[in-house]
Amino acid sequence: MYRSNVLVCGGTGCTSSNSELIIQRLKEEIKAHGLEKEVNVIRTGCFGLCALGPIMVVYPEGAFYSMVKPDDVPEIVEEHLLKGRIVKRLLYQETVVDDNSVKSLNDTTFYGKQRRIALRNCGVINPENIDEYIAVDGYQALGKVLTEMTPQQVIDIMKASGLRGRGGAGFPTGLKWSFAAANQADQKYVCCNADEGDPGAFMDRSILEGDPHVVLESMAIAGYAIGASQGYIYVRAEYPIAVKRLQIAIDQAHEYGLLGNDIFGTGFNFDIQLRLGAGAFVCGEETALMTSIEGKRGEPRPRPPFPALKGLFQKPTILNNVETWANVTQIILNGPEWFKSIGTERSAGTKVFALGGKIKHTGLVEVPMGTTLREIVEEIGGGVPNGHTFKAAQTGGPSGGCIPASEMDVKIDYDNLLAIGAMMGSGGMIIMDDTTCMVDIAKFFLEFTVDESCGKCTPCRVGTRRLLEILNKITSGNGTLEDIDRLEKLCYYLKENSLCALGQTAPNPVLSTLKYFRDEYIAHVTEKRCPAGVCKALTNYYIDPAKCRGCTLCARNCPVGAITGSVKQPHVIDTQKCIKCGACMEKCKFGAIDKR
Amino acid sequence: MQKRISNLPFSGTPEQEEKLNAIIARHKDEKGAIMPCLQEAQEVYGYLPVEVQTMIARGLGVSLEEVFGVSTFYSQFSLTPKGRYNISVCLGTACYVKGAANVLDAITKNLGIQPEECTPDGLFSLTACRCIGACGLAPVMTINDEVYGRLVPEEVDGILEKYKNGDA
Repeated sequence: MYRSNVLVCGGTGCTSSNSELIIQRLKEEIKAHGLEKEVNVIRTGCFGLCALGPIMVVYPEGAFYSMVKPDDVPEIVEEHLLKGRIVKRLLYQETVVDDNSVKSLNDTTFYGKQRRIALRNCGVINPENIDEYIAVDGYQALGKVLTEMTPQQVIDIMKASGLRGRGGAGFPTGLKWSFAAANQADQKYVCCNADEGDPGAFMDRSILEGDPHVVLESMAIAGYAIGASQGYIYVRAEYPIAVKRLQIAIDQAHEYGLLGNDIFGTGFNFDIQLRLGAGAFVCGEETALMTSIEGKRGEPRPRPPFPALKGLFQKPTILNNVETWANVTQIILNGPEWFKSIGTERSAGTKVFALGGKIKHTGLVEVPMGTTLREIVEEIGGGVPNGHTFKAAQTGGPSGGCIPASEMDVKIDYDNLLAIGAMMGSGGMIIMDDTTCMVDIAKFFLEFTVDESCGKCTPCRVGTRRLLEILNKITSGNGTLEDIDRLEKLCYYLKENSLCALGQTAPNPVLSTLKYFRDEYIAHVTEKRCPAGVCKALTNYYIDPAKCRGCTLCARNCPVGAITGSVKQPHVIDTQKCIKCGACMEKCKFGAIDKR
Repeated sequence: MQKRISNLPFSGTPEQEEKLNAIIARHKDEKGAIMPCLQEAQEVYGYLPVEVQTMIARGLGVSLEEVFGVSTFYSQFSLTPKGRYNISVCLGTACYVKGAANVLDAITKNLGIQPEECTPDGLFSLTACRCIGACGLAPVMTINDEVYGRLVPEEVDGILEKYKNGDA
């Protein structure tokens, strides 16, 4: 038994800001003070509050240190671990109460409104140690299923729970399993979609890094339910930490007899292989993912036949997303009624969102379905920083849409988001403020889909390119009102005619920005003006004569000599000569240069 | 996505070829062996010249056309050599919203190369990459395995200078 446990985040965010070095320094310092038998250092998964990383939590006190630097380590060891005095200077300031006492993390606004089911073990256990997973009831659900339940009972529980696919489309998980179970075949497959391709989404990665065993256990449960003995996890090669921890987890599960032949002595066999993706967004689509596991170009196939009938290697296959898998074991252990009691009527349970962009608390949050965007942004997220105002939240990445400020009180679930022209998507939620141009954002996503369109079907291959061309025309100041109509018409054409979800949803960012921010599009074409000051061709730099002191710094830094003026007299920018590089604005010490 | 294809002469060593043959032998009887072979071959050679793809095709008993189809489909596979320092600027949404495009501009200005290109001295190559998932640190770039977060364009010159002087 250790008297203190020090948990250090080993997720990608904190590792990128040097948490490995912190762990190393901790171990050295602890050894130097002869505390290695009393204090245990554990590398955990993601705590969620990535904006404040690297994060370190010391138990039993529950002291939450944020933005720790390697040089802070000696002080923490000396003061806290040796002398028992919490280093208040380094604590997450919200956990420090006025009277100098420390309050629990669960009472902070960031964690207080969250309910962690899929993320329950992230930041709690050491993901590279199967014993820690077993200690938090790991592999109990698999044991229960194999020894007490029939496959049909498992499927019935999943159906009754109301769990819907967390990858974005929200298809009922139990129903999917029942289709595959009903089809007879000599071999069936269970697949995990860990090809998290939406830019700005990182919840699947955090689950894989923080709690890899839950995915293995849930996949084995599904294998039993549908009669499959082989599983594949298709994971992005860009997630090296997740890949490494998954492989460790698979090896440990083998060693404990929790994967392989005759699991729990019941005669049930199940094995899992890892397959690395190679950076193709379309491989998040289920049929493309399966083609990619087969080692080919990851192009989608027409459906039907659906994967439940002919999937991987032409055999019945189910594919679920990482976050979906993370819910399965808890539903088995706590029952479908428990799960259904959380969330809204048609969307049971919780949803993990990766909060990013112009928000104070960047990170991972898990909230019950039915939470409003306002609660997520203003309370949990801590609001928009630097005095700017909230403009929109983008959900669902390149397939999704924008939620404008006027819809902030909509209760977030699958159906409500679709009704307002956005979608749940895998859970990326990017907050945008008044300095974000919505036409530019639509263009950004179209550039992405043009790049990632696999080229198999014409509507998507050519259509996305034409959409991008029209958007380029608008943002360069050459657009007309007819272009906006043409843009909209082409969007609907793509939605109706593309082969797979990539092309069908590619127009969504355009359609939803057109729906809520049409005035910005119109300003670009009629007034040749970018209201947010982002589109370079439509933005001009000006010097405010009242603020300019005539220091000549801007004129000396202008690469094209567009700024003129005498010393101590207000300067002027010749907008004809100006190449809009922004060098003058960076250099000005008086904030006299503005763009509009 | 359009791929640039290198026209530099192939300079593989016998040791590399030996490693490649071992990789092919290990995956030969596996279902869907092309992708794992290409991934591991890229680790050995740093990129995938057509000579390497030919060896993989022969070794696995499939056509070169099929291997080439896969290698040009996925963005992870590079048909051009990388510089000694490979700079990846994340252009995921979170980074983009926080000004990653300006960071990329500053790098192209400094190095005089565009994304997917390599400097003539072979020191730097530049990629605009997909979300690496470090959105909490946006905007982010990586130089080989080193991560630089919360970047502003003004920092770029100083960071690159370190590598040019060999201080990094």
